[in-house]
Amino acid sequence: MARSRHDVSVGEQIGPVTVPVGRDTLVAYANASGDQNPIHQDEEFARSVGLPDVIAHGMWTMGAASTVVADWVGDAGRVEQFRTRFTSMVVVPRDGAEVEISAAVKGLDDDGRATLHVTATAEGTKVLGRCVAVVRLD
Amino acid sequence: MSVNTEFAGRTLPPAGPFAVDAALIAQFAAAVGATDPVHTDAEAARAAGYPDVIAPPTMAVRFEQQSQAAYIEDPDARIDFSRVVHGEQSYTHHRPIVAGDELTGTTTVTSIREAGGHSMITLTTELTDAGSAPVCTAVSTIVVRGGE
Repeated sequence: MARSRHDVSVGEQIGPVTVPVGRDTLVAYANASGDQNPIHQDEEFARSVGLPDVIAHGMWTMGAASTVVADWVGDAGRVEQFRTRFTSMVVVPRDGAEVEISAAVKGLDDDGRATLHVTATAEGTKVLGRCVAVVRLD
Repeated sequence: MSVNTEFAGRTLPPAGPFAVDAALIAQFAAAVGATDPVHTDAEAARAAGYPDVIAPPTMAVRFEQQSQAAYIEDPDARIDFSRVVHGEQSYTHHRPIVAGDELTGTTTVTSIREAGGHSMITLTTELTDAGSAPVCTAVSTIVVRGGE
């Protein structure tokens, strides 16, 4: 069930939600998305191109953020627009990492569309910038 | 050799069709931690008003990137993929992607900009269904880092 516009107000905070990410998560994401770049799976390769370790797909992080938004809306099909910049990488050591995702309602239109500003951080660093979702409420 | 700016403005031949099925949607949903039953339970999806299970909002990337591949991999485009990082991404869904869709992706090289020794390439991909109706407009900016 999608959330009703009458139950939403500008300034409402969503989360934070802490999402774990392991090497197994990235293998699953690589297979599901088709992005098999080895920097997301192979530690040795990642280091050989100057990265500190394996890093998460930026699109995995965007996907995890979309899940937080969709769960709040109550129907994933109501996420009409979703955009972001990738501002920093999520380093995923062998024992895994965590991404913290939160959002805030910034606007609410008469037609029931809400604009959310989404924040995602890893190790205290913002990994998504200007991340905005437009969702259609009931 | 830097990126070939002559590609700016070009539209690639349509890619696909890409078949979307319930198993692929369930696999993608699991990978991004999406537990909304509209991704895995056809009854729940129909109760929400969809003809079948729907894709999570960012699953369009799978078809978008396949639609971009002919450009990214074209030797004449001179894109060193080992130097590519993802800069920006946006999705505008005209409707959710649904199991049973046969998607076609048409990518346009919207712009190629050079700044600070890097190349920023913006690609717009229109995903359409078997009836040629718009499903998703995907815009991505990739950054090709300059050589040292």
